[in-house]
Amino acid sequence: MLDQLEEVATQANAELQKASSAEELETWRVRYLGRKGQLTNLLRSLRDVPIEERKAAGARANQVRNTLEAGYTAKKEKLDSSTTVSIEGDKIDISLPGEPIQIGRFHPTTRAIKEICDIFISMGFQIAEGPEVEWEYYNFEALNMPAEHPARDAFATLWVDYHTPTGARPMLMRTHTSPVQIRSMEKIKPPVRIISPGRVFRYEATDATHEWMFSQVEGFAVDKNITMADLKGTLFEFARRLFGQDRKCRFRCDYFPFVEPGVEIAIDCFMCGGKGCRLCGNSGWIEILGAGMVHPEVLRGCGIDPDVYSGFAFGMGVERIPILRYGIDDIRLFYSNDLRFLKQFS
Amino acid sequence: MRVPLNWLKEYVDIDISNNELARKLTEAGLEVADIQIIGGSWDKVYVGRILAVEPHPNADRLKLATVDLGNRQWTVVCGAPNLAVNDKIAFALTGAKLIDGHTGKLEELKPAKIRGVYSEGMICSEKELGISDNHEGILVLPQDYEIGKPLTDYMGDAIFDIDITPNRADCLSMMGIAREIAALTGKPFRMPDLSYQESGKEVESLISVEIQAPDLCPRYCATVIEDVKLVPSPKWMQDRLTACGMRPIINIVDVTNYVMLEFGQPLHSFDYKQIRGQKIIVRRAADDETMYTLDGQERKFKHNNLLIADAERAVAVAGIMGGLASEVQEHTKTILLESASFSQAVIHRGALALKLGSEASSRYEKGLNPELTWYAAKRATQLMAKLGAGTVAKGIVDCYPGKPEKKPVSISERDVKRLLGFDLTLGEIERCLSALGLECEKAGAGAIYAYKPWWRNDINCTADLVEEVARVIGYDNIPESLLSSPLPTGEGSRLFNFRQQLREIMAAMGFQEIITYPLTSIEVLKKLSPEGELKGPAPLKLENFMSRDLEYLRNTIRAGVLSVLGRNQRNRDNNIRLFEINKAFIPRAKDLPKENEILCGLVDSVVPDNYWQSKPKPADFYYTKGVVQAVLAKCGIQADFVSGDDPSFNQACCADIMLGKTRIGVIGEVHPQVLANFDIAEKAYLFELDVERLFSVASKPLVYKAASKYPSVTRDIALLVDADVTYDNIQTALKKFSIVTEFRLFDLYKGKQVPAGKKSMGFRLTYQAADRTLKDDEVDGIQKQILALLSKEFGVTLRS
Repeated sequence: MLDQLEEVATQANAELQKASSAEELETWRVRYLGRKGQLTNLLRSLRDVPIEERKAAGARANQVRNTLEAGYTAKKEKLDSSTTVSIEGDKIDISLPGEPIQIGRFHPTTRAIKEICDIFISMGFQIAEGPEVEWEYYNFEALNMPAEHPARDAFATLWVDYHTPTGARPMLMRTHTSPVQIRSMEKIKPPVRIISPGRVFRYEATDATHEWMFSQVEGFAVDKNITMADLKGTLFEFARRLFGQDRKCRFRCDYFPFVEPGVEIAIDCFMCGGKGCRLCGNSGWIEILGAGMVHPEVLRGCGIDPDVYSGFAFGMGVERIPILRYGIDDIRLFYSNDLRFLKQFS
Repeated sequence: MRVPLNWLKEYVDIDISNNELARKLTEAGLEVADIQIIGGSWDKVYVGRILAVEPHPNADRLKLATVDLGNRQWTVVCGAPNLAVNDKIAFALTGAKLIDGHTGKLEELKPAKIRGVYSEGMICSEKELGISDNHEGILVLPQDYEIGKPLTDYMGDAIFDIDITPNRADCLSMMGIAREIAALTGKPFRMPDLSYQESGKEVESLISVEIQAPDLCPRYCATVIEDVKLVPSPKWMQDRLTACGMRPIINIVDVTNYVMLEFGQPLHSFDYKQIRGQKIIVRRAADDETMYTLDGQERKFKHNNLLIADAERAVAVAGIMGGLASEVQEHTKTILLESASFSQAVIHRGALALKLGSEASSRYEKGLNPELTWYAAKRATQLMAKLGAGTVAKGIVDCYPGKPEKKPVSISERDVKRLLGFDLTLGEIERCLSALGLECEKAGAGAIYAYKPWWRNDINCTADLVEEVARVIGYDNIPESLLSSPLPTGEGSRLFNFRQQLREIMAAMGFQEIITYPLTSIEVLKKLSPEGELKGPAPLKLENFMSRDLEYLRNTIRAGVLSVLGRNQRNRDNNIRLFEINKAFIPRAKDLPKENEILCGLVDSVVPDNYWQSKPKPADFYYTKGVVQAVLAKCGIQADFVSGDDPSFNQACCADIMLGKTRIGVIGEVHPQVLANFDIAEKAYLFELDVERLFSVASKPLVYKAASKYPSVTRDIALLVDADVTYDNIQTALKKFSIVTEFRLFDLYKGKQVPAGKKSMGFRLTYQAADRTLKDDEVDGIQKQILALLSKEFGVTLRS
């Protein structure tokens, strides 16, 4: 009896393996598990087995039945799931091009501004914006650059044809985003943490490295006890988040009339790693930010007591970041709006 | 500024490497842009002596020179005009690296046959050695140089090219840089001895100075040198001037330039004979006063120009340029030397108005301490005497009406902690400031008074002192911390975020963002109307425009967007959809222009014309309107489209976008003539939306409405409508039935199946009540009312 059981089990298992369609599987089921199937017959004949053998044979017979039934179910599921796949005639050419759904893209300047601002927003800064056509007062005077100040020479200015009755010419296209510092501090009192992106304009002949319109992001934080260490920590953190955590930063003295002490921040060149190359002009460093502690005269002009409050301010060029990152060799590409250029920035 | 290290070593010892020195200077604000090593490639260049010069057998202009290097003699071919037997020269052996006189590049010297004669080396010019641009002849060395020694034993230098910020005019000088190095490296600064033998007459008997404008000229020092001998200055002086990029001219000119480079103080020399009345008067110009300047031009002045005059007439434009009449010439016997201080503003204004910039004026503009004048006058006089350029008068005339008050600036431990973020003791603060030459004295507990030294002009407040301390401590040593102050309150960044959302939805709909210039021309703005007229408010003009295309501030942004489409179509780009968010400038009386921020979109086609599965779909009004509606939906705004008359559009296909009575935008098919004006082929559709108006509505608070729990009923109806009844007419009527929660036009038909002058409109209406399940007969009843209303107002019938 047991031998017969083993024989049926081996044979049934082998045939189950081979069954490759629903029809074959059904034939198999009828042959072994059906009402007149081989295993069913064996089970039925158990009652003719001597009592001493019956217990062991019964147990084995049930075991075999369970195994075969489980095998049947599994095979059935497998065959069912594969039937939907391959109907020869319905197979499509999946290599044909998909619908050309057009994706729009942001201008690379927009992307860079967003990226810069997001970092500062995550540090508690808020966005403020100012006019592109400005009063001379906000662009220069209030920033500690009275008329005849030598630092004004660095800002070739586009003046608007607008004269006051006294002959003064006070309206211009802003040369930097720093006027927003003044406009903001006139309105809001500390604590302030402002980030201000925007376009700026210079009277400038254009070439591959000069453009008369470009973008800046200005930022400043004013409150009690804001120090140059805060400036350094905040802006180094920014530089590392923007250019990579393993960038080295350089912190050096520089001069801007509206800050004191003044600072310039550079990162080690990511092209050559600081050895000196064309990108960094052989210096190993890439200047990314001008900054400093807000000049006491600037604070005073905005009605903020410099003996109580202090703060830092910074400014950076925006186009410079995609220029460095993507190896763009001509700044004029940004605003000539050739789609062959713009479409590369997905 | 070019700074030769050898010159600096006269004032300070330097025992750190060039790179370390450059790093320290750069960190302290004096950015070293480049280091040029002179003699860095001279390892095969030696001192030689010319033994003989013979004609070249095959060339008239070339000579054969025999050069003695001590151990060996060499014969070379040389074409220099100044070959002289016995002269000591710089001799390069083959393999030496020299600058090619023609290409300017560093190249290795190879043995060569020149016109049949073998040449085994080269007698070098200054240019070939990289000392200067002089390639006229060979460099002749002093006789005391020993034959056979490497040239680097006597010559060679490192020239630092340093960018000086405009606040540090004192560092436009060797002494200024040397003082910085002394402070940064902890070495003492050596002030040169300025004493000299006075042998001439009392200077007061020769000249007097009167300053009539002490507000513009705080100090004027003058000396007189008689019996002037005009000869070239000595080689050491010429070498230093050359190394700094100045051309040596003649002794007295070279001395003034030398002292300017050394102290940073510009000097001017006059021909004393031409100074009438033995008197110098510093005064404002009379309006329309004229004078010929050194460059031979007649200049006309205004009252705000400052002149140097003698008893009768102007002789120089103060601080900017000398006068022709008083110029030092070959026959000049007596010189009047001026060392004066002028206000920054008067020089800046004058140089700008006269379009006359000079080395002197650019220094004055940055601000020089009046104390400098006396030292510079003394130094120049001393050098004149030392060089034997003439007999120097006794004393210096020193007219000093504008002596600044000695003002202390206070600094405390708290100031340093508060601005730099770390602790320094008062002793450490004092050490830093003293190293830079500031005098310090106690000012009560925890504070000191510091006085700026005579050569500095840029230390006027506590923050200035704090920067000086930080520079000496080293910016590198400032710690890093993050802001710990309270977070600001307030509106935050909502408009910026809103604008960003607009960009996102436009990009999601396949529009490419562009950014165009705010400046344009009247001609371009005129292209926006088919008649070629300027529409909208008269644009603001610039006073100093860069070109005629960039003369006016645009009063609309659409011209820029249309130009971009035209340009890109030329690049065979099809399926272009563009958008820009930018400002139009609307002039206002006595105020800055209103900066209207506009979202402008432009569509030329919707589906590209070369996809295998679908036909090209050109742009149309309804696609563009769909885009606008999507933007409005994103803002939570329902606007009305009302027939419009904006001249840039085809008048049959143009709408104003209205929010109640406020126009928030415009949409339409761009007028064919306007398209042609911008070189755009076929049709294009454009819309504009006012960003700030959208923002003000979009930012209104939203109120949640519960969805109805009861099922809705949908019914389709086909209406037969007069052709001139608009969708909006029907829509307005349907909106009166609040139980109709949604209606959609699914079919619009004109043609054979409907009578002439009629159209068929198929609507799917959705009925839903908030408080009950609608029964069929109730819906039937409402539908009857709807039809009755439509019939009454517009003669609409149900299409059977």
